[in-house]
Amino acid sequence: MPDQLIFAMEVTLNGLLNGVMYALVALGFVLIFKASGIFNYAQGVMALFAAMTLVGIQQGRVPFGHLINEIFGTDIHYFGWEVPALAAILLTVLVMMGFAVLVQKFVFRHLVGQEPIILFMATIGLAYFLEGVSDLMWGSEIRNMDVGLPQGINDAIDAATFEIFGYGFFIDNLDISAAIIAAILVGGLIAFAQYTKQGRAMRAVADDHQAALSVGIKLNYVWVLVWSLAGIVALVAGIMWGSKSGVQFSLSLIALKALPVLMLGGFTSIPGAIVGGLIIGVGEALFEFSIGPMIGGATENWFAYVLALVFLVFRPQGLFGEKIIERV
Amino acid sequence: MLDSTQEGYTTEDGRKIGGVVMEMRNITLRFGGVVAIKDISFDIREGEIRAIIGPNGAGKSSMLNVISGFYNPQEGEVIYRGSRRPPMKPFQVARQGIARTFQNIALFEGMTVLDNVMTGRLNHMRASLLDQAFWWGKAQREEVENRQKAEEIIDFLEIQHIRKTPVGRLPYGLKKRVELARALVSEPSILLLDEPMAGMNVEEKEDMSRFILDVNDEYGTTIVLIEHDMGVVMDLSDRVVVMDYGKKIGDGTPNEVRSNQEVIDAYLGVAHD
Repeated sequence: MPDQLIFAMEVTLNGLLNGVMYALVALGFVLIFKASGIFNYAQGVMALFAAMTLVGIQQGRVPFGHLINEIFGTDIHYFGWEVPALAAILLTVLVMMGFAVLVQKFVFRHLVGQEPIILFMATIGLAYFLEGVSDLMWGSEIRNMDVGLPQGINDAIDAATFEIFGYGFFIDNLDISAAIIAAILVGGLIAFAQYTKQGRAMRAVADDHQAALSVGIKLNYVWVLVWSLAGIVALVAGIMWGSKSGVQFSLSLIALKALPVLMLGGFTSIPGAIVGGLIIGVGEALFEFSIGPMIGGATENWFAYVLALVFLVFRPQGLFGEKIIERV
Repeated sequence: MLDSTQEGYTTEDGRKIGGVVMEMRNITLRFGGVVAIKDISFDIREGEIRAIIGPNGAGKSSMLNVISGFYNPQEGEVIYRGSRRPPMKPFQVARQGIARTFQNIALFEGMTVLDNVMTGRLNHMRASLLDQAFWWGKAQREEVENRQKAEEIIDFLEIQHIRKTPVGRLPYGLKKRVELARALVSEPSILLLDEPMAGMNVEEKEDMSRFILDVNDEYGTTIVLIEHDMGVVMDLSDRVVVMDYGKKIGDGTPNEVRSNQEVIDAYLGVAHD
């Protein structure tokens, strides 16, 4: 087998795994957009906030420590204990659920029935607010995320591919666990939406508010539920990206990578978010591999957006989005 | 306090009608300067088919929205089962056993007929998320029970053949029937129908009339309906409230209403003689 082809296979595989990470972020957008028609600009910052909170709890940091020290002249930074990863994750889930309640109570409950653009503006405000809170609560230094996920090269794949091709693939264990966790998460979400009463209510609200009210569904409750789920997805994305490249401000920018994924997959489809993520992941990896060297590289920075643009021209609703039919 | 056990009456076709389940007392509803409903009172009795009629813009739909909690009136009281109902959200009213359909059909277009009907059972589900996740005890029992009820109603309204069809693909007449099924499956004590026959052809209208009578007969459901088609209303209903420009101008059996001069002037007379 020619070397080029073997390299391409490795690149594709890595691209797929990268795509899973993109899909994970896009998923959070889809959840909220489907259920409430809100395009949540703050999804990326939610991932940052969740990751920061997780690390903070794990390391036993005092929330708002800087602020407290400043006001009271004290010098406390740590509680002096360390929380095990699993417990810290559960606590962070609770924090994200609390965040969902507050967002619904103080922001979106008052904006029911407003234009989508107004809701969108509100989420922009929310993003900056949350970014500030995150800074104030946990500080702005780069943190290491370690929840015990395996890292580094996967020896089994390395050995197996070496056996077959005479060349060992470099596949990161972290990427593999991300893919597995994402699969479990998506499976869980779909089961939740299809087979539980809360999921049925969620789908009902996503479809028609008025009809949902008339069968006795409490809209506020469902929206809190949806924001909680988006918070949990953000936490998972935050853990994955945080483990990969450290917990830092730039984490919130991964939201931008979700945009082309959404344009490809459609804003209203969970499978769409996944397939969209995979296409972008593989597409940009292969493009960088094949065309990149000819035009000076670094094509990952823009390839996804160009692909999304091309897509918009031919299929504006995305691959899996609901078909746009205009009746005249 | 109102005595809901007070005597009922017997209809012309021999059905026994019970005491008052709901009473509207001096309801006034305003939108800014516009008075949509002006000081209207009437009652709804157990097991009857009560119609609200009137020309366009008379305030019929507003009245239905008051009953179902989509609007809260500025003045007046709604007495439900003997006690005054505080201002409520629509979902709270629905949980009290008052189901409704809409003039412009509000279904979950992306879901199948069966799923739509099942949403009507949401308030009959008590199992916790944990029970549901592991599909044990209460969750399993409830789901089976709810599913049975849904299938029963689907059978009753003769929509078995489209059970698995997404609602968005159905023709108008069938959508209306699915909406009725979703309201009916919650086993409401009062069923509100907002123009159940609007936009239907003669055959569909006949079907729908038959279903409404069957529902009332089979389940003893109290039905409040708004309708434009006078012939249909007179055939279907036991008592009729007539509204015009937000005011009540008549209330009684179809025959009484038909001979009421004010009603004839406002609504009927013009079209007929």
